Amino acid sequence: MANDSKFTNQKFKLVGTRVMRPDGVDKVTGRARYGADASAPGQLVGAILRSPHAHATIRKIDTQKAEKLKGVKAVITSADLPDFTGGEGELYNVLENCMARGRALYDGHAVAAVAAVDAETARRALKLIKVDYKVLPHVTDVDLAIKPGAPVVQPGVKTKDKKAAPTNVANVTTYGHGDVEAGFGKADVIIEKSYKTEQVHQGYIEPHACLASVGPDGHGELWVTTQGPFAYRNWCATLLGMEMSQLKVTSSEIGGGFGGKTHVWIEPIALALSRKANRPVKLVMSREEVFRASGPTSPTSIDVRLGATRDGRIVAADAAMRYGNGAFPGIWGEVGAMAAWACYDIENVRSVGYEVLLNRPKVAAYRAPSAPMAAFAVESTVTLMAEALGMDPVEFRLKNAAREGTRASYGPTYGPIGIVPTLEAVKKHPHMRARLGKNQGRGVACGFWFNFGGQTCADLIIDVDGTVGLSVGTVDVGGARASLSLIAAEELGIPYEEVRCNIADTASLGHNDMTDGSRGTFSSGMATIFAARDAIEQLRVRAAKAWGIDVKNVSWKDGKAIAKGKRKSLTLKEIAEASPNTGGPISGHSQVVADGAGVSFASHICDVEVDPETGGTKVVRYTVVQDAGKAVHPDYVEGQFQGGAAQGIGWALNEEYVYGKDGRLQNPGFLDYRIPVCSDLPFIDTQILEIPNPNHPYGIRGVGETSIVPPLAAIANAVSDAAGVRMTHVPMSPPRVLAAIKASRAEKAPTG
Amino acid sequence: MTVTVSFVLNGEDVSVDVEPRTLLVEALRDRLRRTGTHVGCDTSQCGACVVHVDGRSVKSCSMLAVQAEGAEVVTIEGLAKGGRLHPMQEAFREHHGLQCGFCTPGMIMSALDLVSQNPDPDENQIRHWLEGNLCRCTGYQNIVRAIKAGAQAMRSA
Repeated sequence: MANDSKFTNQKFKLVGTRVMRPDGVDKVTGRARYGADASAPGQLVGAILRSPHAHATIRKIDTQKAEKLKGVKAVITSADLPDFTGGEGELYNVLENCMARGRALYDGHAVAAVAAVDAETARRALKLIKVDYKVLPHVTDVDLAIKPGAPVVQPGVKTKDKKAAPTNVANVTTYGHGDVEAGFGKADVIIEKSYKTEQVHQGYIEPHACLASVGPDGHGELWVTTQGPFAYRNWCATLLGMEMSQLKVTSSEIGGGFGGKTHVWIEPIALALSRKANRPVKLVMSREEVFRASGPTSPTSIDVRLGATRDGRIVAADAAMRYGNGAFPGIWGEVGAMAAWACYDIENVRSVGYEVLLNRPKVAAYRAPSAPMAAFAVESTVTLMAEALGMDPVEFRLKNAAREGTRASYGPTYGPIGIVPTLEAVKKHPHMRARLGKNQGRGVACGFWFNFGGQTCADLIIDVDGTVGLSVGTVDVGGARASLSLIAAEELGIPYEEVRCNIADTASLGHNDMTDGSRGTFSSGMATIFAARDAIEQLRVRAAKAWGIDVKNVSWKDGKAIAKGKRKSLTLKEIAEASPNTGGPISGHSQVVADGAGVSFASHICDVEVDPETGGTKVVRYTVVQDAGKAVHPDYVEGQFQGGAAQGIGWALNEEYVYGKDGRLQNPGFLDYRIPVCSDLPFIDTQILEIPNPNHPYGIRGVGETSIVPPLAAIANAVSDAAGVRMTHVPMSPPRVLAAIKASRAEKAPTG
Repeated sequence: MTVTVSFVLNGEDVSVDVEPRTLLVEALRDRLRRTGTHVGCDTSQCGACVVHVDGRSVKSCSMLAVQAEGAEVVTIEGLAKGGRLHPMQEAFREHHGLQCGFCTPGMIMSALDLVSQNPDPDENQIRHWLEGNLCRCTGYQNIVRAIKAGAQAMRSA
């Protein structure tokens, strides 16, 4: 019988309370173990040699001197790894990104690796490796990369759309419905605008780190900071020709990931070094390596065209969206095209996503990947349209917002959704009525994210003392262990403190998809509910056995089995204590594909102050309104809202990959790539709305990602309100804002 | 060539052989296995490696181990006494002053130095003091709240 995942609108006792997190003590005392905190007897230290060139042919790699250095136990290049040439393209690409094969495609691309007795010896060995490069022309800008004659990053990649022609366009994807040109024909006002966003990094404070061990029998273990131990296991095993069950992957505590730890980078290399050296190898990226060679998000260039009638109805919308993918083809333009118009009910709508190859690192997911740039372009244009029509930007959005039954621009028809409620909440929020000071302005923007369900598996163990162990396979990135323990306790009817949630390794639980797509609490929450219900079935059977009655006559309520019609009950603890003699251990299990992830919407309000002398912009007040479906642990939901908004503020104002003319990254460190510090940020106010997801027993939607989507546009709209300049290039750094202010003054000044 | 450096670590005398170039954070993590002190950036921006040296907060990636000779070094592992959390640790736990927890040891060590100089810091003072400690998860909101609460608890202790 399939599990019933429909929303039941039950009254909660524990879900929705603000309990303490089970990992809190470990994290405030230094006991929590992250990727770089593990060690093994006889462990070696790994290090990676990286290309100093943006684009080059590798003619020869001479490792002889390095191999002879005392203390060096293994040196590897692509020659030591499986060659997937002519095979499955994605395998080839993933492994080539981990270790260059015959060509270096970006500054920082790995070309060789060593394992040595200590870090100093490993570093010295890297210096002894001689690489003969033939430097090739490179391209790092999205707009330049699609021009005729641009250097070609991947000669083997062909565009499906032959008309689009440019050879760095790996794929073109179109979404939408209606007749866009006919729609524009009906428009009274048409606004066209082009936007650009620079590349940013997820900026997790913990660098990539792992400890790999492969024995002579081919069995391996990997301790690693990751959002997905099962995905890492599958990738590493497949890339290295191991059977999946031979490799056990254990996820460490994770020091932030935001999508960047959903792809393998150094892990196959660490395993290959260990296999060759026959000793455990610890490999830790430096911050510089994190910036140069692990997944930033796409730089973009987006053209938007929006048409509306005078009464404020959008009648046509179109977007051409060029997303830099780095050196390997991805799906980032496609995702951006899907997300672009998702907030609105538009009869004639189109978005076209282009995957543009560049001599930059392979792009990785970053929190609602691709959506913030799309929202920057769309939500800036939506506010421009409201201004052109003389309408309030919130009213204009409300008039055009998607509702239940709206056909989304990317295909599906929406169920109950939260865009209108978030906009109504914005309208009523005191923030909207607060007075603005000199040089201050206010902006509003909306955001959307899909959310994901995916394969999920959970085990729930009733221990003989009546306490409960819950094993899940989704890594806890923001408090999920607390939320999932709350859910288990709620179902079983026992105190929260009696549940201990554990993140299982890949040998101890069935497959779980990664903690991505805001799925952790949604999907593992669903599996936890079903596992608890499975355990309750067994608890009822044991109680029935004890009473000598049919299990049909035993119900479960408030942590107790209750016999029908008789005043008899047995607590979970009593049943557990008797379990050795009533049939042995009691546990519940669930394996599901957690379909029905509820889409998520947010609306943000932002006040900025722009210094007209320096162009410096400070966010002075910020409010996030987002639909959570059901907030299982409101503190952690608010934490996701605030964290995403903070990352969006950094993206909007400061953060940017800066490449030199030589194609090398000029700011691979936190000094020159400045993420927001505490004094950069205001109090970020939050308002949780709960529009239940009908496809989840508790109504839960994902909450982790949507909060990063609106800030770029909310800030651009606020800067426009404060300084009278429309910023179309992110980050809105002081030089860019100042140049816009000067240009605007020059335009307004009388000529002659 | 190695040299022996001796100092007091969390109240205990320790001696460790290091190269002259070894950073304090490397000695703490790799040699003395106190892995609660984290490395996030190698270039002294992130503050995940903040420890106390003779009562003041120091980024242990910006100091050589040999410079700690004879000093009193306290790491995050040295704060809880007799099985009880330090009030600042308790405040971070209670007020959800963390998500991933990677920056937390540095945040707590840094906050304690602030409170030792200013027992009742206001929000603005806390926000400016923390400029050398990066957090990417929280937007700092609950960290500021935790430090205020921790300072309050320390005043009334």
